[in-house]
Amino acid sequence: MDVPDVAKMMEIINLYKDWKEFSLVNINLEIEKGEYFVILGPTGAGKTLLLETIAGFYFPDSGEVWIERHDVTNLAPEKRRIGFIYQDYSLFPHFTVEENIEFGLKLRKSTDTNRKRMKEIMNWLSISHLAHRYPNTLSGGEQQKVAIARAIAIEPSILLLDEPLAALDLRTRDYLREELRRVKSELGITMVHVTHDQTEAMVLADRIAVMMRGRIMQVGTPFEIFNKPQNEEIADFVGVENILSGVVRNNENGVAEIEVDMECNIFAVSNYHAGKVKVFIRPEDIILVEKMGKSSARNVVKGKIEEMSDMGPLTRVKMDNSLVALITKQSRENIGLREGKEVYATFKATSVHAVRG
Amino acid sequence: MPVHEGQIKKVKEKLKREKLFLISLSLGLFLIAFICITLGNMFYKQAEDLPGLIDAAKDPVVLAAIWISISAALVATLIAFLFGVPLAYFLARKDFWGKSIIESIVDVPLVIPHVVAGIALYGVFMHSGVIGAPLEQVGIAITDAFPGIVIAMLFVSFPFLVDAAREGFKEVDPRLENVARSLGASHWRTFIKITFPLAFSSISSGVILCWARAISEFAAVMIIASFPRSAPILIYERFTSYGLGGSPGIAGARPISVLLISICLVIFILLRVIRKRRR
Repeated sequence: MDVPDVAKMMEIINLYKDWKEFSLVNINLEIEKGEYFVILGPTGAGKTLLLETIAGFYFPDSGEVWIERHDVTNLAPEKRRIGFIYQDYSLFPHFTVEENIEFGLKLRKSTDTNRKRMKEIMNWLSISHLAHRYPNTLSGGEQQKVAIARAIAIEPSILLLDEPLAALDLRTRDYLREELRRVKSELGITMVHVTHDQTEAMVLADRIAVMMRGRIMQVGTPFEIFNKPQNEEIADFVGVENILSGVVRNNENGVAEIEVDMECNIFAVSNYHAGKVKVFIRPEDIILVEKMGKSSARNVVKGKIEEMSDMGPLTRVKMDNSLVALITKQSRENIGLREGKEVYATFKATSVHAVRG
Repeated sequence: MPVHEGQIKKVKEKLKREKLFLISLSLGLFLIAFICITLGNMFYKQAEDLPGLIDAAKDPVVLAAIWISISAALVATLIAFLFGVPLAYFLARKDFWGKSIIESIVDVPLVIPHVVAGIALYGVFMHSGVIGAPLEQVGIAITDAFPGIVIAMLFVSFPFLVDAAREGFKEVDPRLENVARSLGASHWRTFIKITFPLAFSSISSGVILCWARAISEFAAVMIIASFPRSAPILIYERFTSYGLGGSPGIAGARPISVLLISICLVIFILLRVIRKRRR
């Protein structure tokens, strides 16, 4: 049997599990040491189940989980040295903040070392002043920090986070995101962070795995996931609003000319020379202009604005040629956009991603 | 005068709003009165015969019976605790085919008449019974002995403990246990440090209920072990032979009842206070 690679912190091999209405199907993942790995997917995808199986709260129906070259598939959770943070923090309600953080430490070493370490961690997360409080008197953000402190107190090699920022208000979320980043960069702990929030994934991840319906659909860097989704389903999920079907007619110097259901062809950076393809264009990559002037954009499509939706600082513009653009309020006002107006949708060939299909 | 009218109007309006609560209170008062009148009357009547009460309190037969009731109930509750709490934990956490059957079986003692329970127990524990016979060989007597009382009490009261403990465990979020284990605590340690303390309120309620039910048991104990006499059985005997007040030198049903209730009330109130303090 192959012994997995040394540099890998965690490997999941052919994992299957059914539990209630959730399933994990043929999960294969490799996570590097010190990486910030995000599992991104819609609710119900099975992300929590996967995390809980990695932690050992559940055992897989088949497949393996390897951590630092050890097969931990059937190992009890207390032997795995993995920190776990639930979305609702799960702080022990009958313990103070101090006692919560100390819990894992008390099981291992002497009291003096514990106290010192605990004070260090509380300082590092700025929660020393909460030491004698009970969890139910803390705000969401404070509880989350205590949960983090408790988990890192035992010096785990991996920290598993189940939608850690979901229950927080925007400001606290931004703040805690940075704290999580600190945990990774200053302590070197490998982070496996599960979320449905794309901003979180984009901002925190070294790599992302897109998970849907219990399956891993694509693994890559944030850039790869959001700009080069591998199929229509993933593209739709990550916010690619322009998904077109087409046929490659020509290819010059790595730029494919694709015939689509529009009045002109689209140019995409691609190695395809022929065949049916699906074309993805992110809405924020489309720039709308009134008049055609100097533009480095390879693609220029004329059309009329059919519908505009106000989305706070951004505006979603739908055109009659079915293209969707996402523009700032400024741009909207500068060009004087309104429904029925004729505009040019311009976008670069590098913004167009083509996949077989 | 207009001030009074205004106030009366306010009261009337308030009563109208609270109509359902008022009806509930009125109906409920009947039940409250039920308890207060019956027990109050007993204490009141006994207060008219204080020397009789004091004699009963000094009577070794009476004291022995009360002690048997309290101690047998304690043993029964202890056994129910040792075997029932693990069962409750299992039922709270695990789902399996036939689970509702098991839970129904646990509740059976609650729905069968107590004298029937006594008959069922007697059939098994009598000298020629399936369990009684081998035990007799080893020199352990069940019928008409202290163990018999404990067994009868155990049978009718353990469901209270199991049900209360199970609900208590159900209210402990399994996620708390998961996190504890991820921090390095074994399942056992997690149970001791996290699960049990968080379920303690419900469990202790169940223990108190179980003990109270055990002390009260009459019919089942009567069938399997009318001797040594537990307090309820002594009270019954005295009632049928000597009436409420008793005869000179022989405590009647009433003084023994007052004694028994007083001791039990004191213990229960103490336990409740201890429970409240712990919160």
